[in-house]
Amino acid sequence: MPAVSKGDGMRGLAVFISDIRNCKSKEAEIKRINKELANIRSKFKGDKALDGYSKKKYVCKLLFIFLLGHDIDFGHMEAVNLLSSNKYTEKQIGYLFISVLVNSNSELIRLINNAIKNDLASRNPTFMCLALHCIANVGSREMGEAFAADIPRILVAGDSMDSVKQSAALCLLRLYKASPDLVPMGEWTARVVHLLNDQHMGVVTAAVSLITCLCKKNPDDFKTCISLAVSRLSRIVSSASTDLQDYTYYFVPAPWLSVKLLRLLQCYPPPEDAAVKGRLVECLETVLNKAQEPPKSKKVQHSNAKNAILFETISLIIHYDSEPNLLVRACNQLGQFLQHRETNLRYLALESMCTLASSEFSHEAVKTHIDTVINALKTERDVSVRQRAADLLYAMCDRSNAKQIVSEMLRYLETADYAIREEIVLKVAILAEKYAVDYSWYVDTILNLIRIAGDYVSEEVWYRVLQIVTNRDDVQGYAAKTVFEALQAPACHENMVKVGGYILGEFGNLIAGDPRSSPPVQFSLLHSKFHLCSVATRALLLSTYIKFINLFPETKATIQGVLRAGSQLRNADVELQQRAVEYLTLSSVASTDVLATVLEEMPPFPERESSILAKLKRKKGPGAASALDDGRRDPSSNDINGGVEPTPSTVSTPSPSADLLGLRAAPPPAAPPASAGAGNLLVDVFDGPAAQPSLGPTPEEAFLSELEPPAPESPMALLADPAPAADPGPEDIGPPIPEADELLNKFVCKNNGVLFENQLLQIGVKSEFRQNLGRMYLFYGNKTSVQFQNFSPTVVHPGDLQTHILSGLGQPPTKRVAAQVDGGAQVQQVLNIECLRDFLTPPLLSVRFRYGGAPQALTLKLPVTINKFFQPTEMAAQDFFQRWKQLSLPQQEAQKIFKANHPMDAEVTKAKLLGFGSALLDNVDPNPENFVGAGIIQTKALQVGCLLRLEPNAQAQMYRLTLRTSKESVSRHLCELLAQQF
Amino acid sequence: MSLHGIRFILIQNRAGKTRLAKWYMQFDDDEKQKLIEEVHAVVTVRDAKHTNFVEFRNFKIIYRRYAGLYFCICVDVNDNNLAYLEAIHNFVEVLNEYFHNVCELDLVFNFYKVYTVVDEMFLAGEIRETSQTKVLKQLLMLQSLE
Repeated sequence: MPAVSKGDGMRGLAVFISDIRNCKSKEAEIKRINKELANIRSKFKGDKALDGYSKKKYVCKLLFIFLLGHDIDFGHMEAVNLLSSNKYTEKQIGYLFISVLVNSNSELIRLINNAIKNDLASRNPTFMCLALHCIANVGSREMGEAFAADIPRILVAGDSMDSVKQSAALCLLRLYKASPDLVPMGEWTARVVHLLNDQHMGVVTAAVSLITCLCKKNPDDFKTCISLAVSRLSRIVSSASTDLQDYTYYFVPAPWLSVKLLRLLQCYPPPEDAAVKGRLVECLETVLNKAQEPPKSKKVQHSNAKNAILFETISLIIHYDSEPNLLVRACNQLGQFLQHRETNLRYLALESMCTLASSEFSHEAVKTHIDTVINALKTERDVSVRQRAADLLYAMCDRSNAKQIVSEMLRYLETADYAIREEIVLKVAILAEKYAVDYSWYVDTILNLIRIAGDYVSEEVWYRVLQIVTNRDDVQGYAAKTVFEALQAPACHENMVKVGGYILGEFGNLIAGDPRSSPPVQFSLLHSKFHLCSVATRALLLSTYIKFINLFPETKATIQGVLRAGSQLRNADVELQQRAVEYLTLSSVASTDVLATVLEEMPPFPERESSILAKLKRKKGPGAASALDDGRRDPSSNDINGGVEPTPSTVSTPSPSADLLGLRAAPPPAAPPASAGAGNLLVDVFDGPAAQPSLGPTPEEAFLSELEPPAPESPMALLADPAPAADPGPEDIGPPIPEADELLNKFVCKNNGVLFENQLLQIGVKSEFRQNLGRMYLFYGNKTSVQFQNFSPTVVHPGDLQTHILSGLGQPPTKRVAAQVDGGAQVQQVLNIECLRDFLTPPLLSVRFRYGGAPQALTLKLPVTINKFFQPTEMAAQDFFQRWKQLSLPQQEAQKIFKANHPMDAEVTKAKLLGFGSALLDNVDPNPENFVGAGIIQTKALQVGCLLRLEPNAQAQMYRLTLRTSKESVSRHLCELLAQQF
Repeated sequence: MSLHGIRFILIQNRAGKTRLAKWYMQFDDDEKQKLIEEVHAVVTVRDAKHTNFVEFRNFKIIYRRYAGLYFCICVDVNDNNLAYLEAIHNFVEVLNEYFHNVCELDLVFNFYKVYTVVDEMFLAGEIRETSQTKVLKQLLMLQSLE
């Protein structure tokens, strides 16, 4: 075999490369390069025509310079010229230059199409491959347009050489990935599938990749590949270690091809044909059996190649999730790997077991390895292995082992790497809540979390413990006692102070009988932490203090003293100052009864889904928290631990501190005589000029900031009288105009447009939504030439809607919509919207004005529907199906079959679904005609995960729409909204 | 299941000098430079007791070190780790045979030939040919051409 000498053939290039390597400094290198560039430029510009060799050499030098990181702005034409050379080495350098530089100069592509066309037609396999590789490497749409039609022909032509077929298959794959529309398969499909039978294993290796990619979009067209793939796999798996000669790698027959075939099969459900299925199961068993045989070589390459096939086999077994016997065998095999001396195998076994844990057939088998996994968590040197161990513990957790797993995770947390602490904290918090048998254990666990890793305990976690304690009176006394003890520590984390402050403010009375925790002791303990805390925490503590005044009148004098201190009353922080002033006044002027009402214990939190779970999902992507959503394995858990029962009578305040005094929940003293549910109250609170200054972060600011949940210090309009209701009560509002629903429907999938128009008035809408917040601009145009007078648009929340959604007129009072709108003029109004819980009917917009003396009134539905708070969620097919399965209760699903009202156009449908707010997931539904989407409805109180599937039937001009969400009413409502759109 | 296969292949030395960069996805030049630096940072801190896999952005890097060179392949998180790990080794054995005991300098001086070797074995982000015999035969045939 001739050795390749250094820089053979191009001495000048070798010299140049040596020179560069010998440069002592960056400056010297640049100098040398500039010299070379000048030299090359002069050669290219010179009168003497360069021969092919020189051209090749200089182009190659330019390429080298480019790869060193310098810009190249000439030489492209010379490279293009090289393509027409009939010498391989010259052509190769030309193609290489183009493939590498094409990113920086897409002009090049047009120049080379001709040369590529010639090479493709040359019948010279070497030249054809060069051209195909160039197309595959560039892979741009222009390339696709020029060549997509030729390549299938080359791929299936009887006289194409094997190497050309290999390249053509992958070239086609690349073009298909870049622009699927340019690669019409149709007539080629059958012949491409039959490449799986090709004698040349290299052709099969390339073809499987192509078929795997194509069948994801058109699974039905490629269905025949299943039986071919199975028989090919079976031949490989059952062959002796030397049968396949060139394709045997360290005594393993065709490992890469086997892996690819196994991956292709994962695009489909188990084969329907019994004979094919039998043959496949036999293959899978053979692979599992071989894993037990003694190795044929001690080389790691042998075991890696063998195990590559084994792990892919296990993936397929998990994908099918239908063969209990194989699943358990797979689990046992992975169990052996858990203690293998190869770190790679331990890592992969932990990772693979994690998916096995969610199968009902193998969950128990996985659990038997708990001790090994715990040991891995403690002893593995590689953090990524420890992380997989933590994932697996989380996945295998159920009621039987929760205490053990939680305590091990807590122990691990003390030494865990910073990068994964927050995730471990979330996992522990979720497991503790989900599997809590007694809530004292839950409280202990969360307090331990704060003690061990306080910095990593996010708001969601400590909000959650407050919610649970508030809602469960059997644990309140214990919680008070425990936080009291925890606060004794000389240095306790600020999150502990927050939790402690809140719990003692609510339930401190439950331990006040014990002289060791008498009210004054509680107060001085909390106050000893006060000065070292952040503003947010101090604000929370001030609220605790005012609650203390109510709970323990004996502390009143002391606390008033604290509030009155100059450091509070004149605090530079407006938030703290305001609280001190308001609380002091409240405690001095209010009667005991009023105090007791205002400072009453918090009502239970109406919430179902844990916000921590949502956070983990956000962190890890959907599906990550699946073990927890998984009601199937532990159905009883939902009753006891599935969050807090909703209490319809109370207003949602998921962030416990946003409304410490329960103002929103309690009927405010100044409310106008109960007019059908005090519908306007909240609009007033947001809108009323008197309330405005004390609102702190207005909804407007909150929207512009990071959209965090209201910070704990979010102040209340405690002492401000709501402005007298300027808006008409609901009884003054006429019913929505007959077209209101139709108009609303137009806005389900879009945010901007004309909401209403008649001869007098046009109302335009522009809106944007993010998470559970939205902002809407309404434009009122006077189409006449006469002034509108007493123009007053108002927003009304009929019934108890305001407990679900808040739409406040968010602009400062000075910029209110003018009462007069001149002829031809347009005025604008801004609404800030906050979705508190899911809702069914939108708020109403009532517009009244006088036109030429005649009163005009108009009531519309505000185009705010629940889907506006959709946040799209991308997920892989596997995750989607897993989640889909989890939402299998009949009431979680809503389905509608309906006639198409509009032409059935896939692109339009897509746009509508995206407008609806869900993510569109490609390659999930085996039928490419169908649409699959996922997203989360964000409301302040809870998040509702939604999955949807739309199946058009072009022949029947019908659609079937299926929605699955964790909430019955949401499923039904979304289904109805969306079904109107097609 | 991924539609994309390999995102890129990198060969770097310990000092972070790139000896080969093959991209199977569109990145602009700045992004490429950033990726090269990040890969170097995550891979070089790992020792022999660590796995040959490391999570990287939304992908993972499968890598193996040979003397002073790191061979890295970036794939999707659900791709088969061991298959790519051995694909690296298979590739290195071909280089070793082709360059007769390959060393870093061979890759420097013959950078344009390394691209040819890569294209024979990997194309469009997929494994194209795995037989060392077939690849070497093809390479020698090309070598003999003018």
